[in-house]
Amino acid sequence: MSTALRAGPAVRSPWHVWGGLAAAAAAWLFAYQVNGPLSRWVVNDVAGFTPESRLGDALEFFIFDTTKILLLLAGIIFAVTVLRSFMSVERTRALLGGRREGVGNVAAAGLGVVTPFCSCSAVPAFIGFVAAGVPLGITMSFLIASPMVNEVAIVLLYGLFGWQVAALYVTAGLVVAVVAGWVIGRLHLERWIESFVFETTLRGQPVDASRGLSWSDRFAIAREEVRTIISKIWPYLLAGIGIGAAIHGWVPEGFFVRYAGPDNPLAVPVAVGLGIPLYSNAAGILPLVEALHAKGLAIGTVLAFMMSVVALSVPELVLLRRVLKPHLLAVFVGVVGVGILAVGFLFNLVL
Amino acid sequence: MKIKVLGAGCANCQALEKRTAEAVSLLGLQAEIEKVTDYGDIASYGVMSTPALVVDEKVVVAGRVPKVAELQSLLVGAGT
Repeated sequence: MSTALRAGPAVRSPWHVWGGLAAAAAAWLFAYQVNGPLSRWVVNDVAGFTPESRLGDALEFFIFDTTKILLLLAGIIFAVTVLRSFMSVERTRALLGGRREGVGNVAAAGLGVVTPFCSCSAVPAFIGFVAAGVPLGITMSFLIASPMVNEVAIVLLYGLFGWQVAALYVTAGLVVAVVAGWVIGRLHLERWIESFVFETTLRGQPVDASRGLSWSDRFAIAREEVRTIISKIWPYLLAGIGIGAAIHGWVPEGFFVRYAGPDNPLAVPVAVGLGIPLYSNAAGILPLVEALHAKGLAIGTVLAFMMSVVALSVPELVLLRRVLKPHLLAVFVGVVGVGILAVGFLFNLVL
Repeated sequence: MKIKVLGAGCANCQALEKRTAEAVSLLGLQAEIEKVTDYGDIASYGVMSTPALVVDEKVVVAGRVPKVAELQSLLVGAGT
């Protein structure tokens, strides 16, 4: 490991740090601009496909989309991670302490988006919030919004469906988090929290990860985040876009209108049910869903599916079971599930 | 010196444990590294984002995986 050889904290001149950032941004913009012409050139001139041929089209679609989404992921994960490095779960908890329900749910959902948070920390965060007196419903709004409105989902929706769908998703996701958290709070289910949560005494001074970082540290954290996420999801992304490209080329237009168009009332529940076990593979599934949408799958069904993939995942439910008794876990799945279904039906009806 | 790595088996927790072991051996410290995976124990340190590093019962890092070099200076700082 080369990092081990460097002694002491790395000291870099501001010119080095900001110059590096500017160069990376310029390279990113350039790559994003030439992606279209370049993939056309590779397919038509280098590989020698005649324009408008099926295989050529599918290949061009594959190269263009893969490059575009990888670029978007790298750029947006980097920017979001740098911004989030100014926030921390500790600060969020301090902001949420003493809030009333209602306003508190809105604040919690918003903070769930901007706070750096890995769902693997859901349990210690839950204990930390509840033991410090943050109401259950407000804690749940945070825990629902955080995975639902995440940058990977937003990038995929933006890259594949355009900014309108991405914006709809973010708005609907926040509404579901606020309302579901508020409902859970109103039901007063504190007795169904595992009792050890209340018995936990918080000793020790919490360490705020957002403090004392230089710009160079923040950029380093963001670079590492980009690398971690992309190295985890790229095989799924490639497979998803590959199958999506095949569907684009070979499945007849309007194929899914019959089975999963806006008029089929079963499409949304089936999509939500399918989404629950498909957790971490959003990157592989969404390109496929986009291809299905092009052949007639309704947009509300698409949004509901995406939400259920990220917000109701089996591993997260297994984690939450540690702090929530089965009754409360069932209420959580029920309330969030109903919210997602409502989003799916509503958008199928309106759009 | 007693070092604890708090985290319930996520990828970052394993990375922190590996880097901490590396920092300890580079510094030539006599230290015992213990993994804490129980959520109640983790939360009782006031930690809300894993992984976290506890040196002699004091939380020095939470919610991120520092580089080995930074861990070295953290361990040196905590030891004195």
